[in-house]
Amino acid sequence: MYPSNLKYAESHEWARMENDMVTVGITDYAVKELTDLTYLELPRAGEVLLAGDAFGVIESVKATSDLYVPVSGQVIEVNAALPGNLDILSEDPYVKGWMVKLRASNLAAEVSSLLSAEEYRQRVEAKS
Amino acid sequence: MLAAVGVASLDELFKVIPDEVRYPGLLPLPPALSEPELMAHVQELASRNLHLDNHISFLGAGIYDHYVPPVVDFISSRSEFYTSYTPYQAEASQGSLQVFFEYQSLICKLTGMDVANASLYDGATALTESVLMAMNLSGRDDILESAALHPEDRQTLETYLRHMKSARAELTLNGGRTDPAGLEAALESRPDTGVVVVQQPNFFGVVEDVSALAQATHRAGALLVVKVNPIALGLLKSPGECGADIACGEGQCLGIHPSFGGPGLGLLATRAEYVRKMPGRLVGVTQHSRGDRAYVLTLQTREQHIRRERATSNICTNHALLALRATVYLCALGRQGLRQVATLCVQKAHDLADRLRSAGVPIVFSSPFFHEFAVDCGRPAQDVVQAMLERGYLAGVSLGRWYPDRRNALLLSVTEQRTAAQIQDFARKLAACIRSC
Amino acid sequence: MRYPRPEPLIFELSRPGRRAVTLPASDPVLKPVEECLPAGLLRSEAPDLPEVGQLDLVRHFVRLSQMNMSVDTHFYPLGSCTMKYNPKVNDWAASLPGNARVHPYEPDEAVQGVLALLHRLEHMLAEISGLAAVSLQPAAGAHGEFLGLLLLRAYHDHHHPGQVRSDILIPDSAHGTNPASATLCGFRAVQVRSNADGYVDLGDLAGKVGSQTAGMMMTNPNTLGLFDRNVLQAAKLVHEAGGLLYMDGANFNAIIGQCRPADFGIDVMHFNLHKTFSTPHGGGGPGAGPVGVCRALVPFLPVPRIRCEGDRYRLDFDEPLSVGRVRSFLGNYGILVRAYAYIRMHGPDGLRRISENAVLNANYIRARLQDFYELPYRQPCMHECVFSADRQKKRGVRALEIAKRLLDLGFHAPTIYFPLIVHEALMIEPTETESRETLDRFIEAMIRIARDAEENPAVFEDLPREMPVGRLDEVKAARELLLCWRT
Repeated sequence: MYPSNLKYAESHEWARMENDMVTVGITDYAVKELTDLTYLELPRAGEVLLAGDAFGVIESVKATSDLYVPVSGQVIEVNAALPGNLDILSEDPYVKGWMVKLRASNLAAEVSSLLSAEEYRQRVEAKS
Repeated sequence: MLAAVGVASLDELFKVIPDEVRYPGLLPLPPALSEPELMAHVQELASRNLHLDNHISFLGAGIYDHYVPPVVDFISSRSEFYTSYTPYQAEASQGSLQVFFEYQSLICKLTGMDVANASLYDGATALTESVLMAMNLSGRDDILESAALHPEDRQTLETYLRHMKSARAELTLNGGRTDPAGLEAALESRPDTGVVVVQQPNFFGVVEDVSALAQATHRAGALLVVKVNPIALGLLKSPGECGADIACGEGQCLGIHPSFGGPGLGLLATRAEYVRKMPGRLVGVTQHSRGDRAYVLTLQTREQHIRRERATSNICTNHALLALRATVYLCALGRQGLRQVATLCVQKAHDLADRLRSAGVPIVFSSPFFHEFAVDCGRPAQDVVQAMLERGYLAGVSLGRWYPDRRNALLLSVTEQRTAAQIQDFARKLAACIRSC
Repeated sequence: MRYPRPEPLIFELSRPGRRAVTLPASDPVLKPVEECLPAGLLRSEAPDLPEVGQLDLVRHFVRLSQMNMSVDTHFYPLGSCTMKYNPKVNDWAASLPGNARVHPYEPDEAVQGVLALLHRLEHMLAEISGLAAVSLQPAAGAHGEFLGLLLLRAYHDHHHPGQVRSDILIPDSAHGTNPASATLCGFRAVQVRSNADGYVDLGDLAGKVGSQTAGMMMTNPNTLGLFDRNVLQAAKLVHEAGGLLYMDGANFNAIIGQCRPADFGIDVMHFNLHKTFSTPHGGGGPGAGPVGVCRALVPFLPVPRIRCEGDRYRLDFDEPLSVGRVRSFLGNYGILVRAYAYIRMHGPDGLRRISENAVLNANYIRARLQDFYELPYRQPCMHECVFSADRQKKRGVRALEIAKRLLDLGFHAPTIYFPLIVHEALMIEPTETESRETLDRFIEAMIRIARDAEENPAVFEDLPREMPVGRLDEVKAARELLLCWRT
């Protein structure tokens, strides 16, 4: 449910690191909590964000939530197919459901504040 | 019932309130009135007021004396509309929901915009919400406001924005009109401007060149908010056609009685791409489980009851009953009727202006106007208002109420309600009254 | 008779050339529009409004009205919204030409009746709350919250210039408007926990209050329908820190005449006239949200103020410390007239009976349903009782299904899923205007629903069945946004 090769934020985003390239999406838990998704807004490539900044908005019938970048960096690419087909998020949140790719600017310092898959799982279970 | 609840007295139910704060005895209020006594009392208070049914009025400045068809009063007093609430249970509220959808559609048709919300409180708060929304969309906080916005709108904006870091500046007028060249210059010298706000027709009745203002605004990367008089849109190019980004307005003129200025109807419409930043309720079309078309509140997650401190606005109550009135009014008049009302307003206002001009009364602004214009009384307009009141007229509004340097100017409004005879008599008496000083 | 579904849109009923009202013809001696206005500013065609005859117009809207539940047709126990009966004489009062047909910019001497009524209403609301003065400007409760917070900000800026008081403390049981208003006013909304009894957790509050506190917003009685006994200590904590205490008056109908907010430490509050003072809800509004303030806040109230000099009334715009105005004109006068009439008809005795009967009715429902539904806070309630459908949910019947089943049984549903701190909340507010017979019928329906949840959960499938429409597809509405009719 929470791939061990990824890092996680308390706000339910995941991050996949490949050198200084970081791919970001939201967890399977977040998708289920939101229930029926209705809308996704992603940033434009080129935007520069600090860790914890909102990079987008996701809406369901139940809630509107901001999406936060787990690390600082510049948006290199966004998953343009995603807003038009939100079902991808429920089917495959960790691969096809990626949202943005960032070129991280301060990865070494920031990565330590992210959670491992096991730590994230414990937080989520404590909630429910 | 007390026994079922398990208490001996009503008082016991209030035991939870600490003794030291219980109010002993009865509040010092006037004693209860029976229904007929109440009616006599309220009737007596109301009889102290002069009103549009017993005085001939040329008052405007945001609230207008238009014909209100009885069918509007009839529909809006239907219990099922009148005593229901926000349609949280959509299956039990399809009537209200379909009305709101029709209302949204009518406002879109009038304004030429893609989406309208299901109403806000009044024109001033609709304008303020529009400006806040445009600041949010543009990402820039500075505002350029036409000097010909309704002064109470500007005061309201001032109150809402005082604690924000946004800087506001005024766009000057030329012949009573917001000058597009002046706007360009202002935008150049204030590159942080995110929002430009104008009114159509403006507070002094003058018709703005909204297209030119929109072009200048967009060249500078800002957004244009236009406050409109919806009756005028029977004739004037719509804000959408002119390129505005947000249209707002006061809808009192759409079948709503003046009621001393409230409740009115706040209009707000915008382009499709901005819908998620729009405050207020929205009704959308969907299907129900038995297959037919049905209506439901949508995009509610932007609103305060779900998003709390991150909501697009704090608004909860809207002016649904007034939106219903506007809907019935616009449908009762229809395509030709609205145009006819607007045409009569323009023609009659120009008739009055021509008569006053030929009687030697100067018109303050030279630019084309819709159904409202200011005349120079050559002395405090308030005195003229008093003198005309004795002659049976609610003559207009002295601009000195808001602009000390314009205390001699009297703002007059003419609607389709004024007859040729009333206009002739008023023109004669007003000119005489102004001359007699 | 079956519901006439689906009713076409008014646009679909339109036929060219029809109209519902006639207007005077244009006078041929007048200048044509083209000579009055430049052609470039005119639209080429009239806006595409529907064209219908008056009979079709009336049938359309009357049919639509018949698809609504309303107070005048159904019991409407929508918690927190106070759906009480609206006496018709109040509407009559508002519709008098001397009220409905008055222009806001008439000279003061032409509107002495208006100003007298408003001045008296301000005075009566001040007496009822124990506060020093009242502004009638705000159009609704949330608008009143915004004004109240502005007053609080103006007070701090005036008396403690240079201090940064950024926080507004808000209990987790509060209406969403409270934090939204705080944000709009530039404050940080800081949430305070409720304790196991449903009251403000004083320990949590003590840890969050301080020199950064501008004030606290409390709803009392709170949204759990409980009088918050901790209000006195909360007021003390907030006042000691230099903050002010705001009361959201959404539930004031429960305590009117029993106690005055000023006496339990409230510095500023709003009244919801469409709740406590029985002005009609109108399908979502208009309401009115007058704000009452303690003496220290009076100089900051919006302009204009209404002054009474002998037997004359006038508008006073000259208040140098005023926060300004929060809307155009003077307030929702048509609503204020109704509230005035309501207070005058009740008198001090009648106002007290409102709270007594509202509280009695709510406790009657609480007592008779507590064996059937979980009651998270077991003490006697005030004007509304909050149950949880947790027990029914275990059988697959959620608060939502209970609500829809009630619709089919001929009752409007209670508020559901609010307050957020109660799982599967069912918030029932009967109001004082309902008879015991109506309450009994509702209680029987609720008991039947509880039994069905145990014994016959199949009845909850595919609800509602008796309404003009079945369950709505909210996901479709949000995904395929269609907000405006187009051909």
